[in-house]
Amino acid sequence: MAGRWTAVGLRIAQSVPVVLGVVVISFLLTRALPGDPAVQFAGAAATPESIEQVRASLGLDKPLLQQFLIYCGDLLQGDLGQSVSTGRPVAEELASRLPASLELTLTALILSCAIAIPLGVLAATRPGSWVDQLCRLLVTAGVSLPTFFTGIVLIYVFYYLLGIAPSPLGRLDFIYLEPDPVTGFFLVDSALMGDWETWLGTLKQLILPAITLALFTLAPIARMTRAAMLAALSADYIRTARAAGLGRGKVLYGYAFRNALLPVVTTLGMVFSFVLGANVLVEKVFAWPGIGSYAVEALVVSDYAAVQGFVLCMALLFVLLNLAIDLAYSVIDPRFGTEAK
Amino acid sequence: MLSIKDLKVGFRTRRGEVEAVKGISFELAKGERLGIVGESGSGKSVTSYALMRILDAGGRIKAGEAVYSGVDLRRASERSMKALRGREISMIFQNPRAALNPIRKVGHQIEDVLRQHARATRADARQKAIAALEAVKIRDAEARYEAYPFELSGGMCQRVVIAIALACDPKLLIADEPTTGLDITTQKAVMDLVDDLVRARGMSSILITHDLGLAAQYCDRIVVMKDGAIVEAGAPGALFVRPSHAYTRKLVDATPRRGATLRSLLPEGERTALAPHRVSDDPLLEVRGLTKTYAGKSGPVHAVKRFDLTVRQGESVGLVGESGCGKSTTSAMLVRLMDASAGEILFRGTDLAAIPAAEFARHPLRPKIQMVFQDATDSLNPRHSARQSIAEPLKRMTGLSGAALTARVEELARLTGLPAHLLDRFPHQLSGGQKARVGIARAIAPEPDFLILDEPTAALDVSIQAVVLNLLADLRARLGMSYLFVSHDLNVVRLLCDRVVVMKGGEIVEVGPAERVMNDPASEYTRALLSAAPQAPAPATSASQAPAPATSTPQAPSAATPPAA
Repeated sequence: MAGRWTAVGLRIAQSVPVVLGVVVISFLLTRALPGDPAVQFAGAAATPESIEQVRASLGLDKPLLQQFLIYCGDLLQGDLGQSVSTGRPVAEELASRLPASLELTLTALILSCAIAIPLGVLAATRPGSWVDQLCRLLVTAGVSLPTFFTGIVLIYVFYYLLGIAPSPLGRLDFIYLEPDPVTGFFLVDSALMGDWETWLGTLKQLILPAITLALFTLAPIARMTRAAMLAALSADYIRTARAAGLGRGKVLYGYAFRNALLPVVTTLGMVFSFVLGANVLVEKVFAWPGIGSYAVEALVVSDYAAVQGFVLCMALLFVLLNLAIDLAYSVIDPRFGTEAK
Repeated sequence: MLSIKDLKVGFRTRRGEVEAVKGISFELAKGERLGIVGESGSGKSVTSYALMRILDAGGRIKAGEAVYSGVDLRRASERSMKALRGREISMIFQNPRAALNPIRKVGHQIEDVLRQHARATRADARQKAIAALEAVKIRDAEARYEAYPFELSGGMCQRVVIAIALACDPKLLIADEPTTGLDITTQKAVMDLVDDLVRARGMSSILITHDLGLAAQYCDRIVVMKDGAIVEAGAPGALFVRPSHAYTRKLVDATPRRGATLRSLLPEGERTALAPHRVSDDPLLEVRGLTKTYAGKSGPVHAVKRFDLTVRQGESVGLVGESGCGKSTTSAMLVRLMDASAGEILFRGTDLAAIPAAEFARHPLRPKIQMVFQDATDSLNPRHSARQSIAEPLKRMTGLSGAALTARVEELARLTGLPAHLLDRFPHQLSGGQKARVGIARAIAPEPDFLILDEPTAALDVSIQAVVLNLLADLRARLGMSYLFVSHDLNVVRLLCDRVVVMKGGEIVEVGPAERVMNDPASEYTRALLSAAPQAPAPATSASQAPAPATSTPQAPSAATPPAA
């Protein structure tokens, strides 16, 4: 048991240099990007003098090293700087937008798991059957349709044609009041307030983008579940369990599924990270105020503080995510930490 | 108690149905211990899976009858089979570590069975599981209950598997190669335990094994299977001393036993005179104080301690010991795959230990020391044909190319008895014996003086092992190589080696001429190893009969058999 916690502690320690590296690289990369923010923000009618003025006010006239030290000093105080394009502090902006992205991604992933894992298990227990074929079809369709396309089709059918879905304009229809921010997740916050009407409104807004994302993430999860289950079911210990007369349920879920969970959890972590980065298209289609669209807008106008803030935020998120995966591993697999030396 | 009549088992494959068991019949009385002996692919395991109805997908009982205490095993519902498994008929398997759920405490795995068959309630399951562990003589059962399989040794895992199998007092125990992969002393301990338990509880047992000696020692009656059919059945004594079927005869001959010679392992018609190998007095390899130390949690761990050995030119030395004794570490250091912590390896006067392992690959002496690996399948690149595998070291070390390279590869194939038309096949298209030949051809390609053989026959069937051992002896006589033969099996080592080194816990416990060590071991440990090895009764005629003169060179039976699918 001690080995496990040492291993977990080691993982946390390993993430420190990663975060430091991300700070340096995000700083340097944003500086290396083409485009001059001073020219950008001085406007079209700027004179060379006014550009210099803007440059000085942004602190970009100082040497690179000094800029970096100032940036690090601000970081230590929790200040991510001021977005030039929106004029609001980056930290504040991220704090309101990150929960929006996370709520969307998590809902999509839960939805996706709820479909993909049982489908994968069923497909693995009956290879070649109609369930297996259905699994293959759904998975191929899900991954081959781009998210912006699925999103638009869903909007067209459920909003425009059928009129069941609300207008795809952000997290909450204007007729509802935003719930008091506690977690920033509207579903959780409105439930905490007991405001079920808002909760339902949030859910209605959430459901279409979540389905869009879920369809896209179905493929890797279902495929990995199927493969891992097939591998687990052909393992020697399954034969032992069957020879000992254990029931089908016990063999399938108590023995095979728990072993198959290990690769599934790994895949889940990977899917989560690429979806967080890739859901910008979905956010655009559904006018979702997430961090993906924020980062793209900031990047286009060379808004250094915003881009750096976004990259740093993502890096921290990934570090946390990997930690969560390792923790999940240590819960599932008793061997975790014994060979990690 | 169990009666099988004309049982046929088939598997659906892409190329139609393949019959793995082709109509076998036998009976098992109460309290009887039956052995099913055969080489890989003989259908012996499939037979037992069919009885338990746990065949892999695509497998089914095609015809015949299997009746256990009045229950028709072929037609019984899945529900009644489930009640039968574990409670009436139990099974233990080879590779015990893999046979246990890796992420579930062993105690819980025993409880699962007890609860399934209503032998325990939630309240007393733990206590009964511990009792089951105690029944298989696991010390400190209470603590072991909490262990995961990866925390236990192989022998301990097999005890747990036995505990699971016997938890619900079945009447019939099927043991499917229960000791394959275990050390020889562990094998004896496990087999003795199974035998004691089976006798004490008045159970019947079926032992499935490829090891004739093991079957002879622990069974009342033996059936010999080949290609899905029973070729012979009878009491072990009669069967081995006077085998009537040619296949049994071949199997009995090929089993290494006391008093056998290399050529006597081969079928009678193939026993040519063995050319002697010349041992000169010049030392080829002198090892002095070779030591390998690892940093462990509680101080340094000595994998090998002050290993001294001299191998003369043309001499074959056996290195024997159980897993973890340091024999593989020693051979890895000698072949310079691993750096030694201390000591010197003088090869023709050059200290190889002074050359870092990473640089030895480019050293001029590299071609002179070669290795044949344990698992012929895993040590060949699956994407390389036999020809490419053999040519690889030639290209790197001798700079041959074009027609000269092709000619040399074909010469090597001829030397090792690999038919030339197989050279363009890939490992999965070759049989075990053919793959072993490719491994040997590859190792002797750069004309080494010193060949390290790391259990080269451990994964092979006995009849193939006999052929490969003889091939190694012929090559030695022809090419004048020295061998270091690493093995856990003293009976095999003795056949090929002039001298034997016995290792235990990283240290040499005994060195001496092979015959002397076998017949009059000086150390207690060597004696224990020797007595743990099961002995097959020697065939009656082999001692009196002189090796028959053969008209052709020993030809591999494996070359004639189709490659395993």
